[in-house]
Amino acid sequence: MARMKFLCDAERCIECNACTVACKNEHEVPWGITRRRVVTINDGRPGERSISVACMHCSDAPCIAVCPVDCIYQTEDGVVLHSKDLCIGCGYCFYACPFGAPQYPQAGNYGSRGKMDKCTFCNGGPEEDHSDAEFQKYGRNRLAEGKLPLCAEMCSTKALLAGDGEKVSDIYRERVVARGFGSGAWGWGTAYQIKGGRI
Amino acid sequence: MEYWLKRILAAAVASLLIAGVGGVDLSDALIGPAAAQEKGNVPGKSLGTSSDSDLWRALRRGYRSDVPYRDKQKGVAIQSEGENWRNMRNGPLSVYGGWGLGGVIAVLAVFFLLRGRIRVEKGMSGRTVERFNGVERFAHWLTATSFIVLGLTGLNILYGRYVILPVIGPEAFSTLTLAGKYAHNFVSFAFMIGIVMIAVLWLRQNIPDRHDLAWVAKGGGMFTKGTHVSAKKFNAGQKVIFWAVILGGISISFSGLVLMFPFTIEAFGPSFALLNIFGFDLPTDLTSMQEMQLFQLWHALMGLVMIALIIAHIYIGTLGMVGAFDAMGSGQVDENWAREHHDLWLAELEPGAKSAGPSEAGDD
Repeated sequence: MARMKFLCDAERCIECNACTVACKNEHEVPWGITRRRVVTINDGRPGERSISVACMHCSDAPCIAVCPVDCIYQTEDGVVLHSKDLCIGCGYCFYACPFGAPQYPQAGNYGSRGKMDKCTFCNGGPEEDHSDAEFQKYGRNRLAEGKLPLCAEMCSTKALLAGDGEKVSDIYRERVVARGFGSGAWGWGTAYQIKGGRI
Repeated sequence: MEYWLKRILAAAVASLLIAGVGGVDLSDALIGPAAAQEKGNVPGKSLGTSSDSDLWRALRRGYRSDVPYRDKQKGVAIQSEGENWRNMRNGPLSVYGGWGLGGVIAVLAVFFLLRGRIRVEKGMSGRTVERFNGVERFAHWLTATSFIVLGLTGLNILYGRYVILPVIGPEAFSTLTLAGKYAHNFVSFAFMIGIVMIAVLWLRQNIPDRHDLAWVAKGGGMFTKGTHVSAKKFNAGQKVIFWAVILGGISISFSGLVLMFPFTIEAFGPSFALLNIFGFDLPTDLTSMQEMQLFQLWHALMGLVMIALIIAHIYIGTLGMVGAFDAMGSGQVDENWAREHHDLWLAELEPGAKSAGPSEAGDD
């Protein structure tokens, strides 16, 4: 069974934001929400690096742990999905998430944030695959079509990798060896390692 | 014409120069189009400029870079405090909170088994005096009913997932919790009004005085039959409840408002700065996200403490003591009850009447 992971190679990311745009277009993401964003460090200065940030589909995901209504779950492929029907928009997943992935259609108070929205690894939601309801709430289900997330597929420099964790690591390892240095797979420790003494 | 010739010549020379300078780089890249990406190499063969460990460490510790989004929080790639918040909320807060509430109930159960209901020793006189007027009772019940709604919906947010969800299923539980969340938001304002009313009505009578020391020394007469301690309108135990409700109520209302209007108020940083004057070493440079996390923990902690306290308050006001509920029910308490528990207050009410002190009441 595959364990789906994202990896952004900061030595390759050129901050073109194609991943952000591809995601917004593919899933018809509502106004104001960017499921994937590009963060640039040291912008315009020596040592500038850009990284593409979205839900990392963590092992032992903090959002799943804190959701008061238990509406977030992890699929067999390791993809973290949620049910917008059950979500009460409390914002706790947003407080817990290391990557700032969960977002809300409104910036309102505790009661009026609307349903949480986040990256689905192009894997839809709990609704029936390819149904209209699924598309409207969560966007396209590319994984069910045997395709990988569009952000990574469209990445012009192949900085963003998505897919089975082992294959992603193999590609990255090859790059690091050839390059002679690595920047560390940023976020992997936070997302995929044991945290808080638990798995 | 001469002018135009000069222009064209100058442009030709300039373009030659540019081509000459750029030519070195271009030819290198044109040798093999795929060479740059061969064997996992970085396009353009940029071999990095320096050791980047400082940069990655900063990122790991929540460095916020500038992003072109309106929400500047999106510039933070990794915020680790969320994990601390999660571990604190799902760990000690839930665990000790649960033990605390269970502990209070257990202690009260033991107390009830050993002591039973505290009765009016001389029996009911049949004559009553007014203890709380309509306004006072309204203030009490406004606070009380809203607090029960707030307490139950709050507990549901913290424990419902483990207690109610498995019983009623995810759909019903989600509907219930959503309704609870709205109730929690709106009923909170009734609670705040109640707190203000209570404070205004009873503050003067709840200022500690010398009788409280005696009351505390004798345990309020709760643990032995026949012991009654002098008290005015409120005894020391009631004063503790009063101040806990007022101070706790203000604190929980403030933290609740912050949670209701997220990322607008920051108070933990300045509070920590204040505490640091007294030798603490607390972080003062908190992000708005950390403020929210701390406010949630504080709000939940205050809620649990107040629920534990109010459980004890409800016990002694209903099951624990005969005649006590009347004070908030009809507002009229039996004269003998008043004489045993609030003798000085009764004496104030009836300046002419003979005051039967607690020593007399306890005298068999």
